[in-house]
Amino acid sequence: MYSQGLIGADGRTEEDAAFLAAFQARIDAEEKIEPKDAMPEGYRRTLVRQIGQHAHSEIVGMLPEGNWITRAPSLRRKAALLAKVQDEGGHGLYLYSAAETLGVSREQMTEELLSGKAKYSSIFNYPTLSWADIGIIGWLVDGAAIMNQIPLCRCSFGPYARAMIRVCKEESFHQRQGYEIVMTLMRGTEAQKAMAQDALDRWWWPALMMFGPHDSESAHSEQSMAWKIKRFSNDALRQKFIDATVPQAEFLGLKVPDPDMVWDAGLNDGQGGYRHGPIDWDEFWRVVKGGGVMNRDRIRARRKAWEDGAWVREAARAHALKRAARKVAAE
Amino acid sequence: MVEATPLWEVFIRPRNGLSHRHVGSLHAADEVMALQAARDVYTRRGEGTSIWVVPSLAITASDPDHADEMFEPTADKIYRHPTFYEIPEEVGHM
Ligand SMILES: [Fe+2]
Ligand SMILES: [Fe+2]
Repeated sequence: MYSQGLIGADGRTEEDAAFLAAFQARIDAEEKIEPKDAMPEGYRRTLVRQIGQHAHSEIVGMLPEGNWITRAPSLRRKAALLAKVQDEGGHGLYLYSAAETLGVSREQMTEELLSGKAKYSSIFNYPTLSWADIGIIGWLVDGAAIMNQIPLCRCSFGPYARAMIRVCKEESFHQRQGYEIVMTLMRGTEAQKAMAQDALDRWWWPALMMFGPHDSESAHSEQSMAWKIKRFSNDALRQKFIDATVPQAEFLGLKVPDPDMVWDAGLNDGQGGYRHGPIDWDEFWRVVKGGGVMNRDRIRARRKAWEDGAWVREAARAHALKRAARKVAAE
Repeated sequence: MVEATPLWEVFIRPRNGLSHRHVGSLHAADEVMALQAARDVYTRRGEGTSIWVVPSLAITASDPDHADEMFEPTADKIYRHPTFYEIPEEVGHM
């Protein structure tokens, strides 16, 4: 999944005008930038931060769904959920390796996540309370992630764009399996339908927040657009997501929990679209800054995994040294 | 500070008849674990029939800052291309 409008990007850069102009000319010509190419420090810093946050989001994103693997209602659902969560782990790994090409180490990124210094998508700080949440997450959260990630396949930085192409290929099953779960519930009993509606009510607004603050509030996004790290603004992507999702909810017989939502024929350059009500940005910032229900739990789980795995990493290294020594002795 | 686990570059042959292609990198203690990790990370949907893993440290790369000098000499050798030579149309495809 799951990139979110970059939190705290800082595209400031100190190079001279001629260098920046030459770099911009390469970007404008749609040339890809590769790791060892000369690049402005601000471009490198923005990417390290964005790819790092994206990677952390994939890894932390395994936790809310992992919570339901052992309780999936059938073997078919369990196998699908297991495969999805494994994919998310893979996405995290592709992204870490893309970030590493910019000179940041895996150990450093891991330390920043575990210390709470690095950010990840706010959506994972909400709890998964029922099986319906797993359906809604696949449908909405992976759906929002797809909206965000498709334009990233054309990002100017080569390794990030290539990682995104792999990720996007794998995401589509995630969204479809989620929608299928919700559809199954909506064909079930009244209690099952209510469970699906309750899950939508809880996840709708956090899903809209995944696109990040309004364009007027996201200070550094202009520079990211100029460098073609980002291709569409936060609000444009959010609108696209809403317009795609509302009819899908109607098909299911679910109601989007936004009393102010109306069809507005003037939106999208006169093509029409759904105008949404106000988003609670105080909640967004509270959750980003650590005040969500699950923030502490998520980091605690990552820390435990890291610490419990220490002996495995040590043993693997010791084994590798022993094998290498034996090989030398045999030669 | 955590001790770093070595970095490996992963190459995959999508199917016989095609070359191995670079797909990304990963960390692993040794080549056996690198191969297993590469299978799990890069071939979950039948993306390959063969994997190479190479220690990233073993790769020597050309310097992009010297790309101009490195590759410039080929630019003016247009006589290396078939279109440099004029063959009358009557001769037909050659
Ligand atoms: Fe993902
Ligand atoms: Fe996903």
